[in-house]
Amino acid sequence: MGWQKMRVAGASAVALLMIAGCAAGGNDAPAVTQPLRVVGQFEFHSLDPSTAGGFFTRLQVAETLVDADVQGVLQPGLAESWSASADGLSWTFALRPDALFHDGTAVTAEVAAAALTTAQGKAGTPLATVPLKAISAEGNAVRVELAEPFAPLPAVLAHTSTQILAPSSYGPDQAVTKVVGSGPYQVSHIEPPAKVELAAFEQWHGEKPDISEVTYQAVGRAESRALMAESGQADVTFGMDPSSLQKIRQAGKLDIAAVTLPRSILLKANSGHEILGDVQVRRALSLALDRESMATALLRDPEMAATQLFPPSLPDWHQASAKPLEHDPAAARKLLADAGWAPGSDGILERDGRKFTVTLRTFPDRPELPILATAIQAKLKELGIAVDVKVGNSSEIPAGHKDGSLELALYSRNYALVPDALVTLTDDFAPEGGDYGSMGWNDPALTSALHDLASGNDAGKAAESRGKVTDILQAQLPVIPVAWYRQSAVVSPRVDGVTLDPLERSWRLSDLAWKK
Amino acid sequence: MTISTAEPRTSSRPAVPSAVATTARVLGRRALQAAGVVLVVSTACFAIVQNLPGDIAFRIAAGRYGYDQVTAASADSVRAELGLDQPVWLQLMDWLAGLVSFDLGNSLVTGASVAGELGLHLASSLQLAAAALVLALIVGTTVGALAAARPGGLLDRLTTVWVSAARALPPFLLGLLLILLFSVHLGVLPAAGHGEANNIVLPAATLAVGLSGLFARVTRDAMAQIRQSDYVRFAATKGLGNWLVFLRHICRNTGVTLIAYVGVQVLVLIEGVVVVESLFAWPGLGHALVHAIFWRDIPMIQAAALALALMVVAMNTLVDLATAAVDPRPRHKEAVL
Repeated sequence: MGWQKMRVAGASAVALLMIAGCAAGGNDAPAVTQPLRVVGQFEFHSLDPSTAGGFFTRLQVAETLVDADVQGVLQPGLAESWSASADGLSWTFALRPDALFHDGTAVTAEVAAAALTTAQGKAGTPLATVPLKAISAEGNAVRVELAEPFAPLPAVLAHTSTQILAPSSYGPDQAVTKVVGSGPYQVSHIEPPAKVELAAFEQWHGEKPDISEVTYQAVGRAESRALMAESGQADVTFGMDPSSLQKIRQAGKLDIAAVTLPRSILLKANSGHEILGDVQVRRALSLALDRESMATALLRDPEMAATQLFPPSLPDWHQASAKPLEHDPAAARKLLADAGWAPGSDGILERDGRKFTVTLRTFPDRPELPILATAIQAKLKELGIAVDVKVGNSSEIPAGHKDGSLELALYSRNYALVPDALVTLTDDFAPEGGDYGSMGWNDPALTSALHDLASGNDAGKAAESRGKVTDILQAQLPVIPVAWYRQSAVVSPRVDGVTLDPLERSWRLSDLAWKK
Repeated sequence: MTISTAEPRTSSRPAVPSAVATTARVLGRRALQAAGVVLVVSTACFAIVQNLPGDIAFRIAAGRYGYDQVTAASADSVRAELGLDQPVWLQLMDWLAGLVSFDLGNSLVTGASVAGELGLHLASSLQLAAAALVLALIVGTTVGALAAARPGGLLDRLTTVWVSAARALPPFLLGLLLILLFSVHLGVLPAAGHGEANNIVLPAATLAVGLSGLFARVTRDAMAQIRQSDYVRFAATKGLGNWLVFLRHICRNTGVTLIAYVGVQVLVLIEGVVVVESLFAWPGLGHALVHAIFWRDIPMIQAAALALALMVVAMNTLVDLATAAVDPRPRHKEAVL
């Protein structure tokens, strides 16, 4: 008798637990009162604008003086308008008069100037590289004095590290302890490093967003994100891996929004290297790459095979007329043979007793990089080049650049971190090289073209200068383009109006609407 | 299990005059041991991190700025700010000095207080582990007890299949299967995430499935053996009801075996949590430790390693206390000594 009771009790306990579990989760029937649930791969480890990446501008909590639309054209942000003096040394940014921070205080020129001065002091941000003399408040405008003309200044003031936060955001030592911005959404709850809850800011000057509550959850694994999208737990899901995306597309139940990013995957070659310093060798490496097969098989997107460094999403820089980079192993072999490389007994190329072996460094933060690296390794092996692939930390690329030990590196580069790609290019292809650009290579014609563009002296010749830059990079290959990049988001059927920003500046949540 | 063997034996014996003295002696010894553990773990951890490949300043900068923006300039600024060009022994001394005043310092990457961050992550992990453990214990012991009632019966054989299957499935795969079933197909539970009450169900269940099989097995074997013992048969012979025999003799004696076993499994569970946390985006200790090592966030690595080491000590103490509460024999042994 006792045993029977035990059995019943045991069974009831198990059943109860299951019911409790199910009941707790059973209330997610679609209802517009729920928050919009956004899931992505980005964690935030700091609230500081210089290190939080674009996180709080993407969520439209914080604003920058200058904004940009999806074409990368600069738009008014906190500044209504801006103008430069005739000599290009003094800029004035007039603030929007009605702008309020989420704590109710006004966005004044003093506060904005102070925030920019703080941003300027942080190493590694674009503002730190601008030839600044002074930032000051002048009535309702921010005045920026330069030591020399710098045409892309407004674009730099659209970079996320220059966001303007309220004085109440800062704790002692100017450390950011909370994010009090001026955007359409305010932070209502924050749980670093993975969760943020937002509510629409009632006093936002613009149109009231249809979606009044938003939760963001960072999820590290791509397969977990895909399952959250499939199960309806996420309304907008970023950072899908190619195979999950293909599966979701085939299932056809969810919408997919996509946009080509101004981001390229490229192979950096040490041009100061005894082997890779030879431009014919770099051309041979480029000819050996079967970009179309890599894009089709690994990125599941044949259109993303790069034909030049700049993707079509950078219309100013992409040259439709440029001769596309091709896959031609026979031509590659010939170039290598002309350069004196001949196969040794083990099939590896040799010249004067030196074997053609190089190390390729990459990192796994973008999951396609290691697999692309091994595909490149296989292709180069066919030519008799032994590549040792080292998958490590992203910082090993700038570290190897600095100590000169880097040979090849594979990474992705966003050319629109600042809406004007010129800022990034000036850094990457400086005569002394750049961490994510050239190494041991410089070309006076390219340097002067970039300098002309930055000084903004001859606006009429800008297109010509940009064409020159693209041509030189295509011919000299200080970095070898591999693929372009498409950003996709999976969108649940209850949401309307998702458009992706190729600049990855904003998720444009305030433009979304519940499907009626 | 070797660090903490003596203390529970001396506890709760106010009748013996030397009990207080013994407890004090044992606790003193234990405190010394804990201090030793802290020193050894800290120093070893520090030495290992210093010898990992890669430049620490660059790694920290990568953690702070992300892979698009880590540059030599940001690494240099990190190096200057954190004093990473100081001699290594000086950095270790700084850390140990902080430790003496119970100051774990600030994270090199996020700048937040390590104690605060660690507390949050530890609480999440413990919450998950505790939920998994309770679930596994309820299911495992119930199934084990039922199987032991009729050794060789259908339920007993099913349990054997269950144990093998549950152990053979890696938690990662099991987690995916559970998400597919309960989130994607049935749509009753969230697939991943943290912050709502029902987020814990699937990760806890994933951990519990593997554990419950083991608990069922141990319970079943111990109970089957105890049911055959002379004292159980004597208890039945002297006329005690089935329930009384079960509660007083079988359960209590099974408890001794089970508690020791649970103690070992909890430590294994903490390790298992790492994989499950990553799949379910659960912000626990595993997540924190992996990131900290990746970024060379030295204070965070040290503090997490210390927390894990001290958790072993605490766990052993708890197990011994529980064993002592269930099993009176060691206390008598102590009295003889």
